[in-house]
Amino acid sequence: MQLNRDDLLKAYRDMRTIRAFEDRVHDEFAKGGIPGFVHLYAGEEASGVGVCMNLDDRDKIASTHRGHGHCIAKGCDAKAMMKEIYGKRDGLCGGKGGSMHIADLSRGMMGANGIVGGGPPLICGAALTAKTLKTGGVAVAFVGDGGSNQGTTLESYNLARVWNLPVIFVVEDNGYAESTASAWSVGGSQKKRAEAFGMPGLEVDGHDFFAVNEAARQAVEWARGGDGPSLIHVRLDRHYGHFEGDAMTYRADGEVEKLRAERDALNIFRAKVVQAHLLESSQLDAIDAEVAAIIDEAVAEAEDASPPGEVDLLTDVYVSY
Amino acid sequence: MSKKSYRQAINEALAQEMRRDPTVIVMGEDNAGGMGAPGEDDAWGGVLGVTKGLMPEFGRERVLDTPISESAFIGAAVGAAATGLRPVAELMFVDFLGVCFDQIFNQAGKFKYMFGGKAVTPLVVRTMYGAGFRAASQHSQCLYPIFTHIPGLKVVIPSSPYEAKGLLIQSIRDDDPVIFLEHKVLYDDEEEVPDEPYTIPFGEANLTREGEDVTIVAFGRMVKFANEVADKLEKDGISCTVVDPRTTSPLDTDTILESVEETGRLVVVDEANPRCNMATDISALVAQEAFGALKAPIKMVTPPHTPVPFAPQLEDLYIPSPEKIEAAVRAVAGA
Amino acid sequence: MPKWGLAMSEGTVVAWYLGEGAEVAKGDDLLDIETTKITNVVESPHTGMLRRQAAPEGATLPVGALLAVLAGPEVSDAEIDAFMAEFNANFEVEAAAAEAAAPEPETRDAGGVAINLLAMGDKTQDTAPIILVHGFGGDLNNWMFNQPMLAERHRVIALDLPGHGRSAKDASAGDMAALSATLLASLDALDIGAAHLAGHSLGGAVAMQTALDQPARAASLTLVASAGLGRDINMDYIEGFQRAGRRKDLKQVLQALFADASLVSRDMVDDILKFKRLDGVEQALATIADGAFAGGRQASVLGHRLHELEAPVQVIWGADDQVIPAAHAREVPATVKVHILDGAGHMVHMEKAGEVNALIEAIVAG
Repeated sequence: MQLNRDDLLKAYRDMRTIRAFEDRVHDEFAKGGIPGFVHLYAGEEASGVGVCMNLDDRDKIASTHRGHGHCIAKGCDAKAMMKEIYGKRDGLCGGKGGSMHIADLSRGMMGANGIVGGGPPLICGAALTAKTLKTGGVAVAFVGDGGSNQGTTLESYNLARVWNLPVIFVVEDNGYAESTASAWSVGGSQKKRAEAFGMPGLEVDGHDFFAVNEAARQAVEWARGGDGPSLIHVRLDRHYGHFEGDAMTYRADGEVEKLRAERDALNIFRAKVVQAHLLESSQLDAIDAEVAAIIDEAVAEAEDASPPGEVDLLTDVYVSY
Repeated sequence: MSKKSYRQAINEALAQEMRRDPTVIVMGEDNAGGMGAPGEDDAWGGVLGVTKGLMPEFGRERVLDTPISESAFIGAAVGAAATGLRPVAELMFVDFLGVCFDQIFNQAGKFKYMFGGKAVTPLVVRTMYGAGFRAASQHSQCLYPIFTHIPGLKVVIPSSPYEAKGLLIQSIRDDDPVIFLEHKVLYDDEEEVPDEPYTIPFGEANLTREGEDVTIVAFGRMVKFANEVADKLEKDGISCTVVDPRTTSPLDTDTILESVEETGRLVVVDEANPRCNMATDISALVAQEAFGALKAPIKMVTPPHTPVPFAPQLEDLYIPSPEKIEAAVRAVAGA
Repeated sequence: MPKWGLAMSEGTVVAWYLGEGAEVAKGDDLLDIETTKITNVVESPHTGMLRRQAAPEGATLPVGALLAVLAGPEVSDAEIDAFMAEFNANFEVEAAAAEAAAPEPETRDAGGVAINLLAMGDKTQDTAPIILVHGFGGDLNNWMFNQPMLAERHRVIALDLPGHGRSAKDASAGDMAALSATLLASLDALDIGAAHLAGHSLGGAVAMQTALDQPARAASLTLVASAGLGRDINMDYIEGFQRAGRRKDLKQVLQALFADASLVSRDMVDDILKFKRLDGVEQALATIADGAFAGGRQASVLGHRLHELEAPVQVIWGADDQVIPAAHAREVPATVKVHILDGAGHMVHMEKAGEVNALIEAIVAG
């Protein structure tokens, strides 16, 4: 897919929205405004957006603990997401899911998942639906390097292959499963694992939107064309800890500062498009300002929104009972 | 209307729903059988032949054989249900729950709630349960209390061929995830089953016997035993109501309580292990809601707190027998 | 032991009305038999002396088993003993043969509608057979106490209306004209020209419509607790029948059908629940009820036209009918014979089967 200027503007806007959203959640969490656990996607924006730019309304994604970025990349409403993370009644899931279960099926976003490795089997099912009903849709399972070691994920590789499903497994390897290094916890390589199951494995630099976008374009083409599943191993970094409150004592001194300075996906994107005269700096600055305003509004609205009431405790368990 | 076995009733329900609704698919290990093998297609039709004949009629696209990967294919069924199909996935033996439970209880069971009511997951998991096949500890358990414990799941335990067909069609048409438990010892039981499709609603207990002296609540195969005991004791002047709740979630508590209010005596027969099973659940319900009606202590007839043994002599001792049920009924009746 | 309905295989002696040595007239009540579905009286088929009660109270015996021996006083005890011994020796063989020859229901295409029917009796006996049409929510088994007895001398066909029993459940055109057309198409499918039409409740209205539309097809008309003679209808019953999904609720509704509410057995309720659960039944019943009883009133009242028929017409009612008032029996021309039977409700042909059978025999005899 040749990206036009509108595509590039959208890519930047989505990445910037994720970054601003996550940076702000980080700040508000520290202030005590947000309950529970949150796991932030800042630093990984090029992956979610690079992949989802290739998807449309027919397509489904399943996410991880670190799901806010995938939500935004798949078109979920950032304000409704913020309300959900605050546990408010008008949140994307009525305040019943929160950060770890944030979802919007109407956008093809089948949920962040509190269970590591929970998504790949589900995405095989979404792909089976697309194949059975001949919708032309594809399904993408985002998995972390931690999730890549779960049996569910490896079983799903096999199932997707033997059923020849239109699935793309995107392994987002940010170097750490919780506090444990992927260099230690992953045996073999993600690419060779894919090849061992009879599907192509691609390796890309996850700081480079264009690299991810091109790999995903290829994988989506295979899936839509009936060639079945493939895997993309995306190497990237997270700017924050595993969860908010993680002191990150397992990371090297200066590690985060260095990657923020040298390997920031938004900076890399900006430099490329400006140098190539595809977009003007001023256009990107304008987006930054618009996004900042939206996130300010999102937080203000979320803080003001009503929590669910006692009546909401008992609803939405069953369709009928 | 003709006599059909429990196995035929289930097969007919699947076939009729697949004809009616093109989004209904079935999947499981060897559901057709012979996939990729040099011999016959539809070689097995499920390990005990329950899905035999579906693949020739509906094709491999709607009757999917799976690798032996319960996590992946049960999860795929959940994902397919959440995106527009009505999958009926077969978990061959309920004992295999251990390798795929996450997809059932953390995913299917919680989607609707976690996603603020916006998910619909019309999934059916068919699974075999129960002792009596000399199948030992990992192929014989009654794990329905575990599913019953999980909000978001519905749990169905058909006790006869008629019940099996109507409850399975209801399960397939239901918009919530349903666990449908088939007792392997009942597959060759026969009774009159209508040829037409029909549904039996969930949460409505069936009174298979009506009497005045003792209420027996029983599940699945135990309903059959309870009926035998009720018929025998009727001749001895002890008349029993046998309540088959049909579904443990939702549970028809009203019918159980009404019956105990009438008889004042309760025996609960449950093939599940005794801690936190349906017998304790119903006993607690009655103790809390109908204590004043009780004329005798409640009796529970269950297996012991052991795995299911292999040796036939031991397995026979393990299973709640008609004799044990009779003794319990006589004890509460004071006769 | 009589066979009441296809499913009956055995019955239990509840009580004897007469002791050994009693003089018995044909039609006298001999004893009560209980099946899993219903309890009913066995009437004496002959006149004579009750010499033996062959089964004690409480005994459960298969269909065809010996219940009683009637004979004149001149027959010796030894002869009776010999008869009983011979009967019982041959009984198993005969029972098996009877079972094998038992009539089976069949399905016919009636103008594109698959209609289930049960034919009994000798096909060569009558030029005009008896056709039995059940009511709303019923089926051909409602005639279990009538069809076998009438079939001893006549060809008798009971059928399931569309949406009922084992007939097609599509009653998309469920009004009186459509039901009547299906009845006529059933007669055509069976190569029956004229028939003695007998209908109960809604089935009575269907039979009446058919007779008025095609007088040549009606050799006689028997209307049992029939719809179509007045506007009143107990909508609590009609709606309750449709709504009840649980045994307890349905049992309460069904008790309105009988003068003796205890006749509603577990099996009767179960059978109707099973029927109501079939795909299409809920819709079919709603369609028919909407057509026949819109706004809580009977839509089709034709009783005043019965004088148009040359064929004999009779009306039979249970005095305690709670579904359609027995007063409707009087809403007919003077040419119509009216029989109101005490101690019976809407299911008068079950509760007073002997009397109803005799009245049908009489009108068929002309």
